Amino acid sequence: MSSPAQGVKLSEKLGSYMKYRFLLQELIGRDLKVKYRRSVLGILWSVLNPLLMMLVITAVFSHVFKFEIENFPVYYLTGSLIFNFVVEATSNSLTSILNASSLIKKVYIPKYIFPLEKCLFGFVNMLFSMIAVLMIIIILRFRISWTFLLFPIPMLYALVFAIGLSLVLSALYVYFRDLMHLYGVFTTAWMYLTPIIYPESLLENMSFIKYIYKLNPMYHLVTCFRSVVMYRQVPSLEQNLICIGISLLMLVIGLLLFRKLQDRFILHI
Amino acid sequence: MANEFAIKVENVSMCFNMSKERLDSLKEYFIKLMRRQLNFTEFYALKDVSFEIPCGQVCGIVGLNGSGKSTLLKVISGILKPTVGKATTIGSISPLIELGAGFDMELTARENIFLNGAVLGYSKKMMEDKFDEIIEFAELQDFVDVVIKNFSSGMVARLGFAIATITKPDILIVDEILAVGDFLFQQKCERRIHEMMAGGTTVVIVSHSIDQIERLCQRVIWLEKGRIRMDGPVEPVCNAYKGL
Ligand SMILES: Nc1ncnc2c1ncn2[C@@H]1O[C@H](COP(=O)(O)OP(=O)(O)OP(=O)(O)O)[C@@H](O)[C@H]1O
Ligand SMILES: [Mg+2]
Repeated sequence: MSSPAQGVKLSEKLGSYMKYRFLLQELIGRDLKVKYRRSVLGILWSVLNPLLMMLVITAVFSHVFKFEIENFPVYYLTGSLIFNFVVEATSNSLTSILNASSLIKKVYIPKYIFPLEKCLFGFVNMLFSMIAVLMIIIILRFRISWTFLLFPIPMLYALVFAIGLSLVLSALYVYFRDLMHLYGVFTTAWMYLTPIIYPESLLENMSFIKYIYKLNPMYHLVTCFRSVVMYRQVPSLEQNLICIGISLLMLVIGLLLFRKLQDRFILHI
Repeated sequence: MANEFAIKVENVSMCFNMSKERLDSLKEYFIKLMRRQLNFTEFYALKDVSFEIPCGQVCGIVGLNGSGKSTLLKVISGILKPTVGKATTIGSISPLIELGAGFDMELTARENIFLNGAVLGYSKKMMEDKFDEIIEFAELQDFVDVVIKNFSSGMVARLGFAIATITKPDILIVDEILAVGDFLFQQKCERRIHEMMAGGTTVVIVSHSIDQIERLCQRVIWLEKGRIRMDGPVEPVCNAYKGL
């Protein structure tokens, strides 16, 4: 009795997905156009920005702090690529429901479209930034192996994680506007807790931190990405399972919370 | 016909929490929660509204400001979920609650046509096919690649109307949008609505122009403070309403 009903629901869901795919495309296109409309270099900035950041960070960190990291430029770029994607996607998503309020009040659209769109937009940007990673690898004659080709897999883990977190943040932000400020502080702390500009060994040597740093989902996402791009390794089964686990858990939490709150969004925006 | 009604509204009540100050921040929320001051005044914008609109009927809704007309249209189009009761619609629905909802002021008319089409759930192919027709109807041939923020409000409304009425929906919902635009364009809009009516579309119109209601509708519902005060043929209801 329940299974045909569910079947109908699923096909309905797929139908509505197909219907709104064009909307997703258009929204992403709009974000790209608005972001780069008045700039001369346009989308090239997605490539240039990480490169320039890398130059600054390399200059500062390899001369001032002297961490023992081989191929620091690649180490930094790979870490920041994933980290910046998640932070940008979630920060943009945070305000996405509220920013779409004029739409939500006047047309019926499934509301998850808005955080989802911001995450996909961030993903497109990350793919462009991947060109920067490639350029540095070529310029530095850094040796890679076939495992490099696996790079989309950790990126997808990060995407699923970002979508889950975005659903949570965008739904809560409708009710608590303080969240924007809190999240800004949180992401700063998050960056310092993730080995992006310093080696992982630093965390292992800290008295208290060494027990908890592996609870940081970002740590696993970054490590997984680095292992295929930089360390020529196929991530272990355990590593994959951890990444899949945290991404799916985040997604499920996001979906449940979002579904519970979404009907009342319109009364608060 | 299999379904004799196009819109069915059953015992719909819509309750808003009218908190006097809005609790937009966590701190405020917790302080109020601690002091147990989270008492909202409940406000019913719609109270126990029921009616049925048969397929192909053109129904007007009248009422004073704040009587719940827009709220009712939003419930019918699925934008608002009613607190009690339910609204059922059969067929595709095209809500003209506010023209140009979803326009991005930073984009050109061309880009906005595709964006807005997507918002309304149309396909890309269809928008490509209908593009010229939209521009022609809105009479914006010289402004196709102009950024919308440089448009006059009437021009924005024209574009919005042209996009929203490009298909023939089963149900058309119109909220006071005909008031914008010059008189020539208003006539054009009314003609288009007439075309749809002739094609069997069910139409719900909210308007403060009784003339317009009398011209277009077959039936009128009069809302007063969220309740139905009168429901019936145009003449008696409009006369009673005008006699207020
Ligand atoms: N999101 C909301 N939160 C709280 N109250 C609301 C909300 N939306 C509408 N209301 C209230 O519901 C009542 C009915 O509003 P509605 O917009 O339906 O009136 P209307 O009949 O369309 O009026 P008008 O003729 O001015 O367009 C108003 O008193 C308004 O304050
Ligand atoms: Mg109104």
